[in-house]
Amino acid sequence: MNSLEKIRGAMRRDHVFEFIEHGHYPFSGLRHTVTPGEIDVSHGTILYVENVNVSFDGFKALNDLTLYINDGELRCIIGPNGAGKTTMMDVITGKTRPDNGRVYFGQTMDLTRMTEYEIASAGIGRKFQKPTIFPDHTVFQNLELAMQANKLVWPTLFAKLDASQVERIEQNLELIGLQAQKNQRAARLSHGQKQWLEIGMLLMQNPRLLLVDEPVAGMTHQEMDRTAELLNRLAGKHSVVVVEHDMDFVRSIARTVTVLHEGHVLAEGSMEEVQNDPRVIEVYLGH
Amino acid sequence: MLSRYFINRWLGADTGGNIFLGLLVLLMLAVPVLNLGFPEGSSLHLSTYTVTLIGKYICYALLAIALDLVWGYCGILSLGHGAFFALGGYAMGMYLMRQIGDRGVYGNPELPDFMVFLNWKELPWYWFGFDQFWFAALMVVLVPGLLAFIFGWLAFRSRVTGVYLSIITQALTYALLLAFFRNEMGFGGNNGLTDFKDILGFSLQSDVTRVMLFSLSGLALGLGYLVSRYIVSSKLGRVVVAIRDAEDRTRFIGYNVERYKVWIFVVSAILAGIAGAFYVPQVGIINPSEFSPLNSIELAIWVAVGGRGTLYGAVVGALLVNYAKTYFTGALPEVWLFALGGLFVVVTLFLPKGIVGLLSEKRSGKQAEQGA
Repeated sequence: MNSLEKIRGAMRRDHVFEFIEHGHYPFSGLRHTVTPGEIDVSHGTILYVENVNVSFDGFKALNDLTLYINDGELRCIIGPNGAGKTTMMDVITGKTRPDNGRVYFGQTMDLTRMTEYEIASAGIGRKFQKPTIFPDHTVFQNLELAMQANKLVWPTLFAKLDASQVERIEQNLELIGLQAQKNQRAARLSHGQKQWLEIGMLLMQNPRLLLVDEPVAGMTHQEMDRTAELLNRLAGKHSVVVVEHDMDFVRSIARTVTVLHEGHVLAEGSMEEVQNDPRVIEVYLGH
Repeated sequence: MLSRYFINRWLGADTGGNIFLGLLVLLMLAVPVLNLGFPEGSSLHLSTYTVTLIGKYICYALLAIALDLVWGYCGILSLGHGAFFALGGYAMGMYLMRQIGDRGVYGNPELPDFMVFLNWKELPWYWFGFDQFWFAALMVVLVPGLLAFIFGWLAFRSRVTGVYLSIITQALTYALLLAFFRNEMGFGGNNGLTDFKDILGFSLQSDVTRVMLFSLSGLALGLGYLVSRYIVSSKLGRVVVAIRDAEDRTRFIGYNVERYKVWIFVVSAILAGIAGAFYVPQVGIINPSEFSPLNSIELAIWVAVGGRGTLYGAVVGALLVNYAKTYFTGALPEVWLFALGGLFVVVTLFLPKGIVGLLSEKRSGKQAEQGA
């Protein structure tokens, strides 16, 4: 093959089979087979947030935010109030559209083009800051609703639980420690139990990536330990991103910590590295 | 374990509903016997006037169930559900109008009286087909359903919720009220459609037809109740309640909330349309006042008084309030509106879950103790 042909080959616009030879083009979806519903993590990264900007009425909530989450990782994100943590979650889950920038789930899924429920079905679960569960349903029903299933209207009307699904729900009840409360209305749960139920609901979705917003706010120390244990058990099977204020809690679960400040990543590393970073001390830990 | 779960969900939990269905069956058996089986003058005879009155209440009860489905279960307070009821009624009224044939005042076999009066030469295109019962029956379902679909799709997709949605549903029914008042619309204007003679060849004046209409209304109510109960006790019903209680959560666990809302809204509108279709041949008239926003608000009061989110509560509310209305407007006409307003205040302040809520609260308290 002479060089002219090489150039021609590179210029060909109808050259559609190139993606078969997985090249090193990490951020270009076009180089990968796009299989609907399948998350391509062939580069070990499950979430790409790149150069994302969001502003509300001139206030820059996210300022050129770039962040990568590895597959199976447990990542903690800390930062003072207004650092953009919740906005970042809103962008990832489709609640807020970024002004510009790229948000990809795996190599191929452009989250900025998907609706909230599509993103949820694709495998991103989100826990809100305030525990948000379905108060009028029992604990069991809460999990049943969250369970990965055909969530279109007609199939849902005729849906019946089969034995394996009931078993999955029971397993989850055990994991979140709410077997005894299974037939109780969720409204009657304690604050901590509601938080666990919500995490349990996320797990029923069978997500690849869990976004957890302040899981231990308002919890007792005992409940906090249980939550840390729960999140640690999830990492590996799922990628988990935890946004948290409570430094003790972060210390107890964190492997990698990202510090956000004014909508931008200020520092990233192990808890120790981050704690000793002078910039971090200045804006956050120093207070 | 599993079967117990289902038995609890499907039968045990709906004691009130089973009682209601039992009473409805009794009523459907008793009324025809009391009306047709005993001669006039007998102390056990039930007048045809009363039969028709109960039949009317039954239509209201079905309408109330329709509203409860969207309001009680999905949290969508529609203050325009009277519009779907009226549209179903108009579709039936158009059929009954065509059945009059040449027996009208003007004796025109082609055109209803009001069109002759307005000097119209031919039937407007949208009246075609209404001389066929099956077509009218289809329209009873299709017209309210389609309007609800378009309206719901636009409103829910734009995420219009709460009081804003209530206001635009009021605007919807008010707009239809104004439109149907116009003679040019071709639905009889101010006077609406009336002077009906017969339905499927049976005279509307005969007792037997009246009793038949009553029985069919009762059947429609029973079926409407069963369908609604199937919906609310299915997984879809639980999703709908989930949307009511935590819309964002439902969205983030992967449900297309807007589609669910549109679906339940359309089903509800269809039920309301069917109720309207049974209502019109019994009361003998349909006119634009059925679109009046006040009617829709009254409907919301029935459901609030009976108790939201139980289905049979809506029936209880519809029957009680309408009975009170019949009584008051006869005995003390000037008091009725005050009574209605007072009722709404009392229910909002002291009975947020309605009459039925009081009873079921005690029961669910017991159940929860057993569960724990």
